[in-house]
Amino acid sequence: MKKHLLSAADLSRDDAELVLATAEELRSLADRPIKKLPALRGRTVVNLFFEDSTRTRISFEAAAKRLSADVINFSAKGSSLSKGESLKDTALTLEAMGADAVVVRHWASGAPHLLAHAGWARSSVVNAGDGTHEHPTQALLDAFTMTRHLGSLDGRRVAIVGDVLHSRVARSNALLLTTLGAEVTLVAPPTLLPYGVEGWGVETSYDLDAVLPKADVLMMLRVQRERMNAAFFPSVREYSRRYGVDARRMATLQDHTIVMHPGPMIRGMEISADVADSERSVIVEQVTNGVAVRMAVLYLLLGGSQPAIGGDDA
Amino acid sequence: MTDYLIKGASVLGGEPRDVLLREGLIADGSSSGAEVVDADGLVMLPGLVDLHTHLREPGREDAETVETGTRAAAMGGFTAVHAMANTEPVADTAGVVEQVWRLGTEAGYCDVQPVGAVTVGLAGERLAELGAMADSAARVRVFSDDGKCVSDPVLMRRALEYVKAFDGVVAQHAQEPRLTEDAQMNEGELSGRLGLRGWPAVAEESIIARDCLLAAHVGSRLHVCHVSTAGSVEIVRWAKSKGWPVTAEVCPHHLLLTDELAASYDPIFKVNPPLRSATDVEALRAGLADGTIDVVATDHAPHPHEDKDCEWQAAAFGMLGLETALSIVQTTMVDAGLLDWAGVAERMSTTPARIGRLAGQGRPLEVGEPANVVLYDPSVSRVVDASELASLSRNTPYAGMELPGRVVATFLRGRPTVLDGKLC
Ligand SMILES: [Zn+2]
Repeated sequence: MKKHLLSAADLSRDDAELVLATAEELRSLADRPIKKLPALRGRTVVNLFFEDSTRTRISFEAAAKRLSADVINFSAKGSSLSKGESLKDTALTLEAMGADAVVVRHWASGAPHLLAHAGWARSSVVNAGDGTHEHPTQALLDAFTMTRHLGSLDGRRVAIVGDVLHSRVARSNALLLTTLGAEVTLVAPPTLLPYGVEGWGVETSYDLDAVLPKADVLMMLRVQRERMNAAFFPSVREYSRRYGVDARRMATLQDHTIVMHPGPMIRGMEISADVADSERSVIVEQVTNGVAVRMAVLYLLLGGSQPAIGGDDA
Repeated sequence: MTDYLIKGASVLGGEPRDVLLREGLIADGSSSGAEVVDADGLVMLPGLVDLHTHLREPGREDAETVETGTRAAAMGGFTAVHAMANTEPVADTAGVVEQVWRLGTEAGYCDVQPVGAVTVGLAGERLAELGAMADSAARVRVFSDDGKCVSDPVLMRRALEYVKAFDGVVAQHAQEPRLTEDAQMNEGELSGRLGLRGWPAVAEESIIARDCLLAAHVGSRLHVCHVSTAGSVEIVRWAKSKGWPVTAEVCPHHLLLTDELAASYDPIFKVNPPLRSATDVEALRAGLADGTIDVVATDHAPHPHEDKDCEWQAAAFGMLGLETALSIVQTTMVDAGLLDWAGVAERMSTTPARIGRLAGQGRPLEVGEPANVVLYDPSVSRVVDASELASLSRNTPYAGMELPGRVVATFLRGRPTVLDGKLC
């Protein structure tokens, strides 16, 4: 493993499989009465959030605490309009606190990269979602969830449907799933596929109905209603009709196909309630798996001196 | 005033000869009493003229002042710069352009020719008093809303027509605003991967095509700032083939650097228009070589450290250029065999002076002409050290790069502003 996890592209196949295997070990912990391991005792993990995301922050916080790390939550104000708190000053502060790992969520693409490489801090940096760039731990937990249901991802077909253009989840998944041998198809109206997507080494399609019967995994992405104001699509109704998944479309899936969503969902827009709540849906499980995967990432990045599971915390 | 005898200079890259600078002019006759400058191995060019410089004063004296910016210009071999209008306050009145012009005269490192804003406050809504700026002591002839595009086609048409009254030219920053909202880098495969909003070539090319048609329609001079794409070169080539009064500039950074550098997320490489692809770079070099692109202009854009030491999206656009321009042109054009030194003189001195209607600049290196000259050593190389630059700012994209060439001396009307590679 590299020192930082900034992009899913930082992970070789061996790295990714090690994270998934470690997460599998750690997940067994979730079923035990005592959920804490001493692996990162004395280490400090900072959750640095320049953008609100309670779900992601809680997931990382739980992961770090279960490994006995000290956790500091740090929310910084600011946006692309008001620069606000400087990333550099914040990094220097964290460095002074002796942070071993910084989990960073930021509205600007590349902010974690800058934090890792600008020479401001020595800690490991974990990208917890940056702008419209990447969200590698989300991709890892998605891959983890897929392997638990489908086994090896080699040759498996994953359809990622929705606002790919603005989605960091789609970018990280396209990279990671390809590394793991899966065949990814990005499905969206042409306006919501990134310029130059032909070079990504994945399939693309504008036709959801053609993709559904072949998919082993159907991953729905959130689509913000506001996108229609910028002419990405004409109306919510038309979007749902062409790219939303409802019971009728779900019926065309293979029996083993699972339905995923990174959340937060907009029921009725990209996914209907009966699909979200169906037996195929692994959306709730994704959340549980998120903690195990983030434990594995923190453990491996910080090179925990003891085995990940070396006995319960006494 | 000291006379200088420049011994053995290769004038425009030709056979070595001696050149006497006396009383501000290139002279002949006796050189007795003149200070001798050994120019063995040095190329002599007419003092360079920049059509596109941001000196930041008034308003952003934390980034650059007329004094520091013109010191940087002298170090780069320039004897005249056109100071862009996007200051605070905007150079949209006779008062502001005269202030900038006066500051330049007082600093004395090179001629400072203010550019006037096309529209009041660069707001793109109504014409600034172009005639008043033309009639002022600053004698403005180049008008530009640079940083912003005059995107309203009617306003652009009127500006082009209006400046005919005083032989002016409108220098357009070609950027269709709606196509580039929050744009961060060249739109290509990489922008999609990096999650940075794309700045598509079509946003530049569509404005250039429109403006060329307008310039032809009303018979006015159009100058296109910082052409950055292969498509733009094609459009300008087409307009010129029709005989239309269109000129264009390219920046040194667009001749050398590509959008791949954005993958570092280091905002030192953030510039507007953005760094483009290797194909674009190649087309720009070819366009400059064949004269489709008339001039090299620096778009020298100083920014204080904190405006670059941050997230890419939050960082300012722009990079320094004055002190490295000639080196970049040497490496991309001269050493590549695309341009000789006479060609460099034309594109960095003669033609920009003609476009800007600067009478005493960009003149032939002949007896009786103003002694605006630069001595350049193309045989040495240097590693760029940002901390050694004369500019107040440090935002050079070339820091740590080894570049060929060094400006040894710059003379402004016979007086050295740089000697032995040092400011006088
Ligand atoms: Zn510009």
